[in-house]
Amino acid sequence: MVLNLGPQHPSTHGVLRLELITDGEIVKEVIPHLGYLHRCFEKHAEALNYGQIIPFTDRMDYMASMNNNHAFVMGVEKMLGIEDKIPKRVEYIRVLVCELNRIASHLIAIGTYGIDIGAFTPFLWCFRDREHIMNMLEWTSGARMLYNYIWVGGLFYDVPVGFEERCVEFVKYFKPKMKELNELLTENQIFISRTANVGVLPLDVAINYGCSGPMLRGSGLKYDLRREDEYSVYPELDFEIPYAKGEIGTVGDCWNRYKVRIDEIAESLKIIEQCAVKLQHEHKRTPDFDPRALVPKKVVPKQQDFYCRAENPKGEIGFYFIADGKSDKPFRVKSRGPSFNNLSVISEISKGVLIADLVAIIGSIDIVLGEVDR
Amino acid sequence: MTFVEIKELLIQKFGTDSIEAEETQGLQPALVIKKDHIVEVCLALRDNEKTWFDFLSSLSGIDYGVEAQKFGVVYHLTSILKKHQLVLKVYQENDRDEQNLPVFKSVTSVWKTADWHEREAFDLLGIYFEGHPDLRRILLPDDWEGYPLRKDYKTAEQYHNIKIDL
Repeated sequence: MVLNLGPQHPSTHGVLRLELITDGEIVKEVIPHLGYLHRCFEKHAEALNYGQIIPFTDRMDYMASMNNNHAFVMGVEKMLGIEDKIPKRVEYIRVLVCELNRIASHLIAIGTYGIDIGAFTPFLWCFRDREHIMNMLEWTSGARMLYNYIWVGGLFYDVPVGFEERCVEFVKYFKPKMKELNELLTENQIFISRTANVGVLPLDVAINYGCSGPMLRGSGLKYDLRREDEYSVYPELDFEIPYAKGEIGTVGDCWNRYKVRIDEIAESLKIIEQCAVKLQHEHKRTPDFDPRALVPKKVVPKQQDFYCRAENPKGEIGFYFIADGKSDKPFRVKSRGPSFNNLSVISEISKGVLIADLVAIIGSIDIVLGEVDR
Repeated sequence: MTFVEIKELLIQKFGTDSIEAEETQGLQPALVIKKDHIVEVCLALRDNEKTWFDFLSSLSGIDYGVEAQKFGVVYHLTSILKKHQLVLKVYQENDRDEQNLPVFKSVTSVWKTADWHEREAFDLLGIYFEGHPDLRRILLPDDWEGYPLRKDYKTAEQYHNIKIDL
């Protein structure tokens, strides 16, 4: 029987249609159909200058706009050759807001994943805690989800007075909440039964399909671009890379991918604490500090092509730029969204599973369709 | 391995006729491969234990403009184990006629990632990939006319008699 799942499925954060070929309750074949959200990022980018493209990157992974901004801006700064001139305070603020956004993105992934499995309370808890992050980021940038905060050469504005203190407060508030969430969901026997040994993605398949982020680390590989490429101020910070070790079930199953996200939240909290301390003491706010001092009036990189990659909550995001050296508009921007590659593996890992398990598998990939379709 | 060492390795294996040129002026040096050799070069780079390029980061189809009359595909390879990266490029001249698409060989047999990326390049730029298992449009509707990321693409005014308001 041919069965349509979607086009609106709660865990897809957007619109995706899966065409299933089923035999009773067993899924024989999965054919994903994309394109419902296609908003032509690459076509738009041809007509806009580099600064104007930043708001469009927000809309790709709208759960983690800061990280998208950061990746795009880093690429442009590399092409201009100004990446070493960026003040340390700016870099620390960038990392701070990116990690806050990473937690917010993982909270959505975890909360909606609970719903997929049938647990409603974790969803409410995750959204309650995410709301604190949204409020903080709104306080800094003025927008709730689409920030356009990190600019080429600097920031839209310095963080508001008292932001660092509020970050420390948030970490203090959030740590016990995380413990509660773990007790309710991570160690829940029903949740484990629904996710462990389900949708096993072996490591070689994950690499072959270009999976990255928690998908790849959930298959047991310790690989994170924050450590591999050592971009921004990450080398100065102390944090671990969580990866699946197979405590429960098989390495590479849904539970492992979920657990990697849970562990990453704890590591991001560590980074936030360190950044807040650095911003309060070493790289303090001074009256003459202007985060826009280095923002160029016109961004005209010399003729070249450049591929810049960074670690987003969902995996490796990459921007491939071609600059013609004459105009302030890129000749071509190709974006490689992590969800696009992560989703492509779905037909491979969901052959012969139950329909109910397929829902668990889709949720565990944590796709955002704004990035699949761009 | 450095860029020069990888180039030497390829010359050793295939002789000089697989590499067309090299572009070293930018931040990331690139090898321009002759378009018929791309699959065997990719396979060799993946399986050689010195290079071990097991991860295809990105595959981009490029239209180099109306005057250039040239299409290309750019491959960004990463080796997770060896921690190095490489850029490969292939070019082909084409008169931009939509009945006569530029044709490249598909690397889906080397990396499965290429499957969707090549479908995207076909969808948006009209680059045909020979040997692709299932080459059809991915983001646009199946009956969409034209290839929107081409530099000479005229924005469609209507789709199935529905006016597209701009």
